[in-house]
Amino acid sequence: MNAILTLAGKEFRDGMRNRWVLAITLVLALLAVGIAWFGAAASGGLGFTSLATTLVSLATLAVFLIPLIALLLAYDAVVGEQESGTLLLLLTYPVSRTALLLGKFLGHGLILGSATALGFGIAGVVIALGAEGVALGELAAGMGLLIVSSVLLGWVFIAFAYLISVWVSEKARAAGLALVVWFLFVLVFDLGLLALLVSVKQGGDWLPWLLLLNPTELFRLINLAGFEAARSYTGLTSIAVGGAFRPAVLLPLLAAWCLVPLGLALLRFRHRSA
Amino acid sequence: MTAVIEFHGVTRRDGDVVRLDALDLTVCEGEVLALLGHNGAGKTTTMKLILGLLSPSEGSISVLGGAPDGAHAETLRRRLGYLPENVSFYEPLSGREVLEFFARLKRVDRRQVDELLEQVGLGAAAKRRVKTYSKGMRQRLGLAQALLGEPRLLLLDEPTTGLDPAATRDFYDTVRRLRERGCTVLLSSHVLPGVEPYIDRALILGGGRRLALGSLETLRAEAALPTTIRARGRLEGADWQRLWSESRIQARPLNGHEVALSVPADAKLAVLRHLTAHPGVEDVELLPPTLEHLYTHFSAGLAPHERGDAQ
Repeated sequence: MNAILTLAGKEFRDGMRNRWVLAITLVLALLAVGIAWFGAAASGGLGFTSLATTLVSLATLAVFLIPLIALLLAYDAVVGEQESGTLLLLLTYPVSRTALLLGKFLGHGLILGSATALGFGIAGVVIALGAEGVALGELAAGMGLLIVSSVLLGWVFIAFAYLISVWVSEKARAAGLALVVWFLFVLVFDLGLLALLVSVKQGGDWLPWLLLLNPTELFRLINLAGFEAARSYTGLTSIAVGGAFRPAVLLPLLAAWCLVPLGLALLRFRHRSA
Repeated sequence: MTAVIEFHGVTRRDGDVVRLDALDLTVCEGEVLALLGHNGAGKTTTMKLILGLLSPSEGSISVLGGAPDGAHAETLRRRLGYLPENVSFYEPLSGREVLEFFARLKRVDRRQVDELLEQVGLGAAAKRRVKTYSKGMRQRLGLAQALLGEPRLLLLDEPTTGLDPAATRDFYDTVRRLRERGCTVLLSSHVLPGVEPYIDRALILGGGRRLALGSLETLRAEAALPTTIRARGRLEGADWQRLWSESRIQARPLNGHEVALSVPADAKLAVLRHLTAHPGVEDVELLPPTLEHLYTHFSAGLAPHERGDAQ
């Protein structure tokens, strides 16, 4: 346990030192504030419009950005240490491979988690102070759900990054694969599902369940399904309005999504030759 | 003498490639053993087997009283230090932070960190980031890391690469001090003249096989290489080759006033007597075969593909 904390602490300190935490916080906060303020620009207005529109826009932004940040942050977690020779050294220390990977995961998870909470949190505070007529309770609940689900989504993709990182032996290849994973989950899956939706003429009751096969869709469902305003924006997720698709069910599912790639990464790492 | 490392018929195969072929080896406590060999001779494989990073395909290994790749690993790893061949430490961290990180992982008292930094001569640079370190400083940081927790067994892969002569001497002084405390040291090196005075025994590997193992004297006796004797003085005119009845003695005039004689060990004294009796000889120099000669001798029998950079 001590070893895990030591590794996590070092990883987090690395993240502070090479400005990952600062950069992620700033990017998320600036974009979130920008969206809140210029959300109505399309309809010719300026200034804060409605909470629902803002949250839907934020979720749409997060679904692209958070997985990309997570993959970039963690794709070299193992293969990078292997290339610099420190992995070989770490493996000769009294630390199990499981502890090694979990410690790193905790550190990276903390970097992304704190930066996301801080970035969106700042945006939430700015909205609360600057916008008129916002119900603070609703804002807090909406922002809270967005932050929690964003952090979970980030962890899922950190776990994916680890799976890539233990699988390949070159950093460049890991980076390439990370982009492929992002592309597949964030863009291609959506298009494929849309095509399927259009082509299936009748009896497509099973289609909504396919959404569960992609963590980014889960994230969308969590944040969008609750809003009337979201229907027009999202198209796809509107097919999935049922009892099973509530945040209370979806959040644990998203958490489970993070365990699958992490478990596979652990298995692979333990049987990987030094 | 207790055995710290024991190899019994250890073979390691990766697919079709035989990295190590039926190696027998016993290293005792407080011994300094040099691992010598070409690239791909099996040096790093041997170290990884001792560290438990690889498991033998055949045979058995015992390190500090247990198999290094089994349940014994946890206790073993707290008592050994390792310096890998190519390691670049976490560049955004300072030297002290790197060492503190490793100390915490090894569960070593952190007061040792500053002592070790002083000892390897990084005391003044402890707060600087590793990014700004020279190759030699990084190597010394690596050594400090290996010395954490007063290890009983030290494995050093090419420890003196990048070190200047003064730092190399400091390094070997450290090795000697450790050995006096009963620490066993295994080091691999390409710089043969450097290691010679500091080692007890040498293991010469080639193509995964043990070519020779023993102290320098043993290896010299085994190789039966001739000693070189250089004589200097007013030597013009004498036909040196004809002075010796034995064909085993080879004379090679270097210039007008110097001659090099290649002499088998048992004829050494006879030749010396003859030289001291010669009126023209002013100075005599004795050059026993060095580790480098022995190394060349023992690896001469290898096929070219085993000798090259066969990976």
